Amino acid sequence: MLTINHDIATSFSRRRWLAAAAGLVLGLTGFTNAKAADDTIKVGVLHSLSGTMAISETTLKDTILFLIDEQNKKGGVLGKKLEAVVVDPASNWPLFAEKARELITKDKVAVVFGCWTSVSRKSVLPVFKELNSILFYPVQYEGEESERNVFYTGAAPNQQAIPAVDYLMKQEKVKRWVLAGTDYVYPRTTNKILEAYLKSKGVAQDDIMINYTPFGHSDWQTIVADIKKFGSAGKKTAVVSTINGDANVPFYKELGNQGIKATDIPVVAFSVGEEELAGIDTKPLVGHLAAWNYFESIKTPANEKFIKEWQAYTKNPKRTTNDPMEAHVIGFNMWIKAVEKVKSTDADKVIDALPGTEAPNLTGGVSKMLPNHHITKPVFIGEIKGDGQFNVVYKTKDLVPGDAWSKELEGSKDLIGDWVGKKCGNYNVKTDKCLGSGS
Amino acid sequence: MPVLACLRAFALSIVLIVFAGPCFAGPFEDAVAKFANDDFSDTEDAIGVVAASGNPLAYPIISALQDERLMVDAETKKVYIKQLDGKAIDAATGAAVDSIPDSASTVSLNNRLRRTVDAALGGLTLLSPDLATRLAAAQSVFKSHEEAVLPTVESALAKETNRSAKTALGEARAAILLFKSDASEVDRLEAVATIKARGDQEAMGMLSDVGSDQPPAVAKAAASAVASIQSTLAIWSTVQNAWYGLSLGSVLLLAAIGLAITFGVMGVINMAHGEMVMLGAYTTFAVQEVIRTRYGGLFDYSLLIAVPLAFLVSGAVGVLIERSIIRFLYGRPLETLLATWGLSLVLQQAVRTMFGPTNREVGNPSWMSGAFELGHMTITYNRLWILCFTLAVFVLLLAMLRFTALGLEMRAVTQNRRMAASMGIATSRVDALTFGLGSGIAGIAGVALSQIDNVSPNLGQSYIIDSFMVVVFGGVGNLWGTLVGAFTLGIANKFLEPVAGAVLGKIAILVLIILFIQKRPRGLFALKGRAVEA
Repeated sequence: MLTINHDIATSFSRRRWLAAAAGLVLGLTGFTNAKAADDTIKVGVLHSLSGTMAISETTLKDTILFLIDEQNKKGGVLGKKLEAVVVDPASNWPLFAEKARELITKDKVAVVFGCWTSVSRKSVLPVFKELNSILFYPVQYEGEESERNVFYTGAAPNQQAIPAVDYLMKQEKVKRWVLAGTDYVYPRTTNKILEAYLKSKGVAQDDIMINYTPFGHSDWQTIVADIKKFGSAGKKTAVVSTINGDANVPFYKELGNQGIKATDIPVVAFSVGEEELAGIDTKPLVGHLAAWNYFESIKTPANEKFIKEWQAYTKNPKRTTNDPMEAHVIGFNMWIKAVEKVKSTDADKVIDALPGTEAPNLTGGVSKMLPNHHITKPVFIGEIKGDGQFNVVYKTKDLVPGDAWSKELEGSKDLIGDWVGKKCGNYNVKTDKCLGSGS
Repeated sequence: MPVLACLRAFALSIVLIVFAGPCFAGPFEDAVAKFANDDFSDTEDAIGVVAASGNPLAYPIISALQDERLMVDAETKKVYIKQLDGKAIDAATGAAVDSIPDSASTVSLNNRLRRTVDAALGGLTLLSPDLATRLAAAQSVFKSHEEAVLPTVESALAKETNRSAKTALGEARAAILLFKSDASEVDRLEAVATIKARGDQEAMGMLSDVGSDQPPAVAKAAASAVASIQSTLAIWSTVQNAWYGLSLGSVLLLAAIGLAITFGVMGVINMAHGEMVMLGAYTTFAVQEVIRTRYGGLFDYSLLIAVPLAFLVSGAVGVLIERSIIRFLYGRPLETLLATWGLSLVLQQAVRTMFGPTNREVGNPSWMSGAFELGHMTITYNRLWILCFTLAVFVLLLAMLRFTALGLEMRAVTQNRRMAASMGIATSRVDALTFGLGSGIAGIAGVALSQIDNVSPNLGQSYIIDSFMVVVFGGVGNLWGTLVGAFTLGIANKFLEPVAGAVLGKIAILVLIILFIQKRPRGLFALKGRAVEA
């Protein structure tokens, strides 16, 4: 009896105390929010700063902070300074959606730069559609998507995967293919596209080996031995790798340990750049390839200026640059141009203003935003050098426009994305119908 | 007579060429100048001419090209070799040069050119005085089987005294003869037999390449050779899978053995066990950082230094956890589970704050890199050392349990806590030391795992589930059970992986364990006795 009375007495005063504290906190945040909204334009940064993808995404957060700093030095945009709001979704895909909602509703950001894995992008899509905000997605992906609220500054398969396979077929005369990827939507869809493409070029089913591993997989002994076996059937073999995150490190180490040299079985990777190679000894990897739309080693005045300013900002003369960083540079500059054109950060106005916007890339060309929300990009194939940089061995003459819907797959070859004319992300040109969100 | 006229004309042309040669720049100088264009097809042509020229500069040029030491100045079109001693020479004449201009850049290669370079170097170094170079040359000639190198191979074979080099040169000769346009059928059949005797994957690849343009007897011999190599390799691949299973099992054993002790002696479900492993890995990183900055020469001993340190760090943290948290939660398994789970999150975040959230680079000492061939299977050094290390740790632990006083007390408390207490054993002190020991061994596991996995704050999460699987499967509290359980699971996983893939393989193992536990809830080697709690 005594205990119950005691509990009620303490819980009552405890409740009152909690309510008072909550009210105080809410009042303070409301006050600070109201004050801040007038002064700055908020830019959301939604990249993993911990977990298996931190190896790739942390530098993208630093890139946006650098770009905002540079823009603020020029006076900001529309007379206001830009302010970065950084959150850490920690390589946890459902957390990406929560953090995106927090950025848009609580922090009231005008635009979000973020995501790397396709599963993180798919997780945040419903949030951006519901709350009508803008996402700039800087990473190469599998296509099969063109959303009104997303701008894809990374490569679509026809700007990375297909040219890489063409290079291997024509230059290295590859006849057998290993498609190795991490087990989620991007590698699965890309491999579907590549399998259809290879078969259309006459490659037999027996000459294609497909293999998936979980995120963070570290025991590559069996798989690398299988690759070696598959590659000794007398025909030239290559590995097309869509392995993502830090699983790449033990994969390349095992390749080096088992003595697979690039001259025997070359590996072309789509998610390994200067940043991922920064932590490993690249001498055993010399000659393995990567396909991107930008390499740090490309010598143009724009690129050299960017690298110098970036290394000064990060106070690290050895800090690397890579393709997704360039995609953020292009996307950020396009967003600034669109905002200045419509003199507003309102999402609908900016979304309608972006297609047609042009911004220079870092390799001497000018990128243009297309009606399907993809951009034009050059394609480079590079070989790894002993110092972790890439040596460009092939490049396209002109910029390649991104195809949102792959021409290789049955379900998508008749679809186009057109947010300017047809106001539809998946318009079927054969039946003249917009499939809408029902597809 | 027309024949005599032909011969006279031929002799005259030879004389003209011999005397006119020095009058214009020879093909060698022209080829070297082609390097200055830094164009892939020009470089390929240049390599071919330089290698066949017989000029003494040919080998230095091509080996410099392979090592990224061949420099070209785009403006003056001059080509330089940066020698290993730092000095520079002109590639066309061999004359010493004071310094290479800053504007010079390395001649770049792509994979196809690297193969051409390998083949050229193979031909140039067949007669080298160094045995390892001769073997490597023979291997690259085997791969490239260029017809032009045949005379050099045959003269090298005649001079060779070393047995393995003789076999390698014989195989290289066979490879050339098999694909030579004018070799006789007898020679080709002999070549097939030599390559079949080599019997490895490269031989199989080469014999599979024998096309229909070869005489039918040769094609048939090649096909049957391929079939026989395939069946030998299939047996070796089973042995190889067993080896992979053993190495995976050793990793599982290392991670799980500390858990087997704490779970066995105290019945405590320690969800922070993975973080003890992680702390051991970070200790290795810290030791390597100190060595890298101050005592560069000790890098190869960094792991030996890290092992006792990791044991102490993780052990100390373990004792601290036991004294501060676990001690108050005995007999309450759910609370222990929750408390240690929360503790694992705290430890992860603490490490993230101290060292940063990104992966840390832990280097492999030189004796742990690379691999060697045993029969037809490849054994990587890092996995071999980890297996030996695991077995050593296991034996030491067994000895400790069997022969020391603490070991005796631990075994007594595991069998019957109350009776042990009645015999005067300070059970709470034993508990603290056991927890410390289990955590310390997890720390040692972290040192080994840092060599094969990424060192990040999440390292522990990848091993906690596997550790529990091994302990539950093998039987709680029994070291032998953990050993058998770990190796069984490792081998089963590695035999399932080629068939079902990595993801499904793991799922299949989990399902098998669940089914096994239904039949034998206590695991493989269950502890017997009246006082053992169910």
